[in-house]
Amino acid sequence: MHPGVLFALMLSAFLGLVLLVVKPLGTYIADVMEGRPNFVLRAGAPIERLVYRLSGVDAGEEMPWARYAIALVLFNVLGAVVVYALQRLQGHLPLNPQQFAAVSPDSSFNTAVSFATNTNWQAYSGETTMGYLVQMAGLAVQNFLSAATGICVAIAMIRGFTRHGAAAIGNFWVDLTRSTLYVLLPLSAVLALVLVSQGVIQNFAPYRQATTVEARTQTLPMGPVASQESIKELGTNGGGFFNANSAHPYENPTPLSNLLEMLAIVAIPFALTYTFGRMVGDTRQGWVLLAAMLILFVPLVVTAYHFEQRGNPLIAARGIDQRAGPAQAGGNMEGKETRFGIAASALFAAATTATSCGAVNSMHDSMTPLGGFVPLFLIELGELAPGGVGTGLYTMLMFAILGVFIAGLMIGRTPEYLGKKIEALEMKLASVFILTTPFLVLAGTAVAVATAAGRAGAANPGAHGFSEILYAFSSAANNNGSAFAGLAANSVFYNVSTGLAMFLGRYWPIVASLAVAGSLAAKKRIPVTDGTMPTHGALFVSLLIGSVLLIGVLTYVPALALGPVVEHFMLAAAK
Amino acid sequence: MFLRLIRPAASLLVLMTALLGIAYPVVITGAAAALFPRAAGGSLIYGRTGTLVGSALIGQRFSEPKYFWGRPSATTPQPYNGLGSTGSNLGPLNPALLAEVGANVSALRDADPGNRMPIPVGLVTSSASGLDPEISPADARFQAERVARARKLRLSTVEALIAAHRRGRLLGLFGEPRINVLELNLALDRLH
Repeated sequence: MHPGVLFALMLSAFLGLVLLVVKPLGTYIADVMEGRPNFVLRAGAPIERLVYRLSGVDAGEEMPWARYAIALVLFNVLGAVVVYALQRLQGHLPLNPQQFAAVSPDSSFNTAVSFATNTNWQAYSGETTMGYLVQMAGLAVQNFLSAATGICVAIAMIRGFTRHGAAAIGNFWVDLTRSTLYVLLPLSAVLALVLVSQGVIQNFAPYRQATTVEARTQTLPMGPVASQESIKELGTNGGGFFNANSAHPYENPTPLSNLLEMLAIVAIPFALTYTFGRMVGDTRQGWVLLAAMLILFVPLVVTAYHFEQRGNPLIAARGIDQRAGPAQAGGNMEGKETRFGIAASALFAAATTATSCGAVNSMHDSMTPLGGFVPLFLIELGELAPGGVGTGLYTMLMFAILGVFIAGLMIGRTPEYLGKKIEALEMKLASVFILTTPFLVLAGTAVAVATAAGRAGAANPGAHGFSEILYAFSSAANNNGSAFAGLAANSVFYNVSTGLAMFLGRYWPIVASLAVAGSLAAKKRIPVTDGTMPTHGALFVSLLIGSVLLIGVLTYVPALALGPVVEHFMLAAAK
Repeated sequence: MFLRLIRPAASLLVLMTALLGIAYPVVITGAAAALFPRAAGGSLIYGRTGTLVGSALIGQRFSEPKYFWGRPSATTPQPYNGLGSTGSNLGPLNPALLAEVGANVSALRDADPGNRMPIPVGLVTSSASGLDPEISPADARFQAERVARARKLRLSTVEALIAAHRRGRLLGLFGEPRINVLELNLALDRLH
C-alpha cells in the first residue's frame, strides 16, 4: 500500500475514534460539573462531602469572578511552592532509592512553575534528577490539579453564557474537586493499567544493573511510571518521567500504547466542545467549535507527515535508502523510534502541540524544517485545535468573541454571541487574552537572541538555532512544554525567563477569561431576532478559523520566516 | 477574602496530594504487580545463570559482527546509556548530523565490505530515546549476510529467524513493522 494512503487511513481511524469519544465523554463531564445526579455523583458524594468538611469548604457558596480567580491563583501558587519545596528537600525525603540530591534553586523554580501551569517544560533529566516521591507527590499531583484548573476555567466561562443577571460563576473548590475526582482520576487509573499491560513500568524498585549480551554494564531505570504517564497525557501536561518522554520505551513501548496516549491527549479537549454545546442548550454550538478545530488540525498533521516522509535530501545524497516500503518506514528517521516510524511520530507531534500537552514520541529538533514548523505553528496559534484540557475551549471561545466582533463591525450591528451582547469590556479582555502570549513569545525570543546568555543555549548553528529559541518561548508562554530539545535550557537565564513566560502566559489569560465570564453572567439574555447572526453554521466556522489565522499568521510570520522557512530553502539549496 | 481562601486552598492541596500523590500510585502499583508483574517490573530478561541480561524494551549496544546491531544511539557518555535517554537533537542541516551519518555508514561498510545493498535509513540515524529496542525489517535484512557469515550459518536460517521475530502494525494501521534486536540476538545464540 502507498505510504500516503496508509497514513490517510491511520489518521481517519484515529479521528474516528476521537469522534466516538466526544459525545459520551462530553455529556459525562457536563453532568458531573453541573452536579446533575448520576451514578458516579451518588457514589462519590460521601467522599466529596468529607473533602469539603475537612477543607472548610461551603459547597453551596457561589463565587463572583474575582473571588473565583483569586482562589484559583492562590491554589496554584501554593501548589508550585510545594513542588519547589519537595525538590529542594529531596535529599531528606523517602522513596528516593537513587539518593538524588536537592535540585538547584533556579531549576526547582522553573519546574515548579512549569508543572503548576500545565506546561511541563523540563530543563532537567528525570531519570537522573527526580526521586519517586517528587515525581508522585509533586509533579504528578500538579498534573492532575493543573488540568482540573483548566476544566474549572472552561466551565466557569460556559456559565458566563448560561447564566443571566447572575453575580457569580460557580465555586472553584467544588469545580476543582469534581473535575479531579470524577473526570481525571478514574480515567487515569484505567489508562495506567492498560499502559502497564503494554510494558510501561510501575514499581518502586531501585534501578537495576544488567550485564548485557556483549558483557557491558547497563543501568535500567525504574519507578512508578504508568500512574504518571496516564495523567500526563489525559491532563495535556506532557512532563515525562524520563528525559526522552514518550519516546522512551518504558513510557510508550508499543503502537497500542502510542495510540492510547494520543487519544488520551486529545480526548478531553475535544469532548469539552460537546460539554459546552450541551450546557448552553444547543449542541450545534459545540460541534461548530469542533469542526473549526479539525479544519485547523488536519492540514497541519498532513503537512508534518509529508515533509518527514520525504526525508532529508542531504542524507539521501549519501546513498542512504529513505524510501518507505513494507520493510521500513523510511523518511527522516533521525530522532524517531522504529516502532512509530514517520506516520505515528508526525501525528503525535501535531496532537501534542495542537493541545497544551508537550509530550513527545520523537525529537522535534531533528524534524525537517517544514515538518518542525508544524508543531511550532500549532503552539503559536494558541493551542486551540483542540487545545489543552479546558484551555482549548476557553481560548476558542475568546476567538469566537473576536470573530463575532469582527462580523459585527462588517455588518454594522452590535455583536452578540449565544444571546449575550459583546461590548467594550469583553473586547478589551479578549484583546488582553489574545495579545499576552504573542508578546511574551516575541519579546522573550528577542531578549534571548540579543544576549550572550540566550544565544549560548542554541545547540544547532544558523536558522535552526534561532528556531530552537523561538520554540522555547512559544512553548513556555503557551504552556506547551515540548522543545527543540537541543537548546541547553538548564541555565539561570532560561530557567528564570521561561519560568516567567509560563507564569504570565498561564494566569493573565485565565484571569481575563474569568473576568469575561463574570461580565457575561451578569448580562441579560437578548432574544434571537432576524438580525442575529447564527453561530452554528459554516459561516461561523469560517469566521472563527479566519480570526485564528489572522492573528496567528500576522503575529508570527516574520519570526517563522527567519527560522523554519529560511532553513527549508537552505536545505533545498544545500544539495 | 484572601485569608478566608487560604484554609480551603491549603487543606485541599494536602488532601489531594495524599489522594493523587500517594494513594493513587500505590494502588496502581499494587494492581499492576498483581495483573502484569513482568511488565510492571520492566520486562526484564535473565540469562541461564539467573543474571540480569537486560530488558526486552530497552535497547542495548551490539558491536560484534555476529550480532544484529540496533539503531545508532546518541546517549552519552556511551551509547545505550539507560540513565541518559535522549536523541541527538541535531537539525537536518547540521554538519554534525552528516558527520555522524558518515561515521555510521563507514562502520557498517567496514564490517561487511561485500554488501552492495543500499543502507536503510534506520541504521544510520539516531533514535529518539537512544534506547530504541527495535530495528526495521530492512535494517535486519541488511545485516543478515554479515551475521550468517560470522556464525557460519546459512543465510536462509538467519532470514527465517528474522521473519519469526517480525512484529507487524496494530490492525494493519498503527505503528511500523519491527524486530526486537535483543530477542533476535538471544535466539541466534540459542541456535548453537
